[in-house]
Amino acid sequence: MAKVPVQFTLNGSETAEFIDSGSTLLHALRDKIGDTSPKGGCHQGTCGACSVIIDGELRLSCLTLAENCNGTAITTTSGLSEGGVLHPLQRAFLDAFASQCGFCTPGMIMAAKVLLDHTPNPSRDEVVQALSGNICRCTGYEPIIQAVLLAARANSQNAA
Amino acid sequence: MAIKRGRGVAAINYPTGMNLGGDPTQALVHSTPTGNFMVTLSSVDLGQGMKQIMAQICAETIGVPTDRVVVDTADTDTGPHCMGTFASRGTHRAGNAVIQAAKEARQVMLEVAAEELEVNASDLETDGLGNILVKGAPQKAISIFDVALSAHFKRGRSISGRGMFLIPRSYPEKETGAMKPSTCYAHACTVAEVEVDDETGEVTVLTVKNVFEIGRALNPKMVEQQLVGGSWMGISHALYETTEPYYPNRDHGGTDFNQYLMPGPGDLAETEIIVLERPSADGPYGAKGPGEMCANPQIPAVANAVFDAVGVRIDTLPITPERILRALRAQAAT
Repeated sequence: MAKVPVQFTLNGSETAEFIDSGSTLLHALRDKIGDTSPKGGCHQGTCGACSVIIDGELRLSCLTLAENCNGTAITTTSGLSEGGVLHPLQRAFLDAFASQCGFCTPGMIMAAKVLLDHTPNPSRDEVVQALSGNICRCTGYEPIIQAVLLAARANSQNAA
Repeated sequence: MAIKRGRGVAAINYPTGMNLGGDPTQALVHSTPTGNFMVTLSSVDLGQGMKQIMAQICAETIGVPTDRVVVDTADTDTGPHCMGTFASRGTHRAGNAVIQAAKEARQVMLEVAAEELEVNASDLETDGLGNILVKGAPQKAISIFDVALSAHFKRGRSISGRGMFLIPRSYPEKETGAMKPSTCYAHACTVAEVEVDDETGEVTVLTVKNVFEIGRALNPKMVEQQLVGGSWMGISHALYETTEPYYPNRDHGGTDFNQYLMPGPGDLAETEIIVLERPSADGPYGAKGPGEMCANPQIPAVANAVFDAVGVRIDTLPITPERILRALRAQAAT
């Protein structure tokens, strides 16, 4: 199959790779570039585990063609911590015990980040709405909802 | 046609582990040259916290901080034998094996320390912070770091231990059929409140109140985490999840997340969790297995609540709107 070049900014770094035309962004990130933080759960857009942020929007990388991402800025969960310091959402997921097997966690954190980027002080209903595209098997969701609310509170305290 | 409210209660006791030809788990513990400890297991951590709990148990037994213990799990090529992490058996079986292995390692550690301090090993104690002290004379002490260096480079000793925990197979008595399938039981009780729409058959779970008796909670936050998730999963089993909706016929089974349904973050019932700790006689530091049983009592509790609400007994899972409407129709026909 013909290889095509893709070039985008991944977590702040210029990234270029040759990929099979028609392959998904999830495949390119995990199997070509080596960022395994987005997870392949259902590969049909129903579980949310592969969620990434493309130019500020939440996207399912399993339904996104890699070659359509040329020139975009992509954020994954592995790009959130800075200098060894966890992002407030990562910290909150730890503190709220919001992860068990951890498979859904990167997607949950991506969904929560887009929410908090647009709505720094969300209501519980807004958090629920933002997470409704992501499936979790272990936690029963409540600890995840609490983690997002905790991160929002931590952010607003830091801003004050 | 109306929305009707009902309340149901159910209580369970749940055996820790299983009894198919004996139920063994083994563990090995050894020290590194710098006095950290390694626990080798074949047991699996699939998110329930096996590594954390085994590190705590090993650390408690040897007398070092938990962060001085590394747990290596889940390689059946290299690890000692474990039947697996299922049947709520991980903490109980592997934990007991780790205690035995850690005790043996601790004994060697104290013997080496005794040679270094020129005292009797039985006169030594650990402070839990990484030091070994002479009882009653704590100024006479040696760090576990130095003990490990001595064992490795001077004394030629291996600070290590072997652990084996086996629940032997229980055979039924020929006359009575009586047997002892398990040595350790956890308990739980759930009260569920539901609303049932007798026109659509839809069930809404309003509240779920759970009490779990799980022996000693070795890590209370992780126990709570598992119970909260388990309570949700019990509701999901009661009302939504199945791979064979017309069992044993496999037609119409869900093959993806569009068809295999689970309650999402917007469908959560108000959930309460209460933990009762009654340490078990044969569990590691009194622990029992909270794993699977935490998703069990919600199911009969919801079935009973549906009966309380609309007077029909649904004895097939999940309790779908279709099953409720069929039962209501049958009830009306009699």
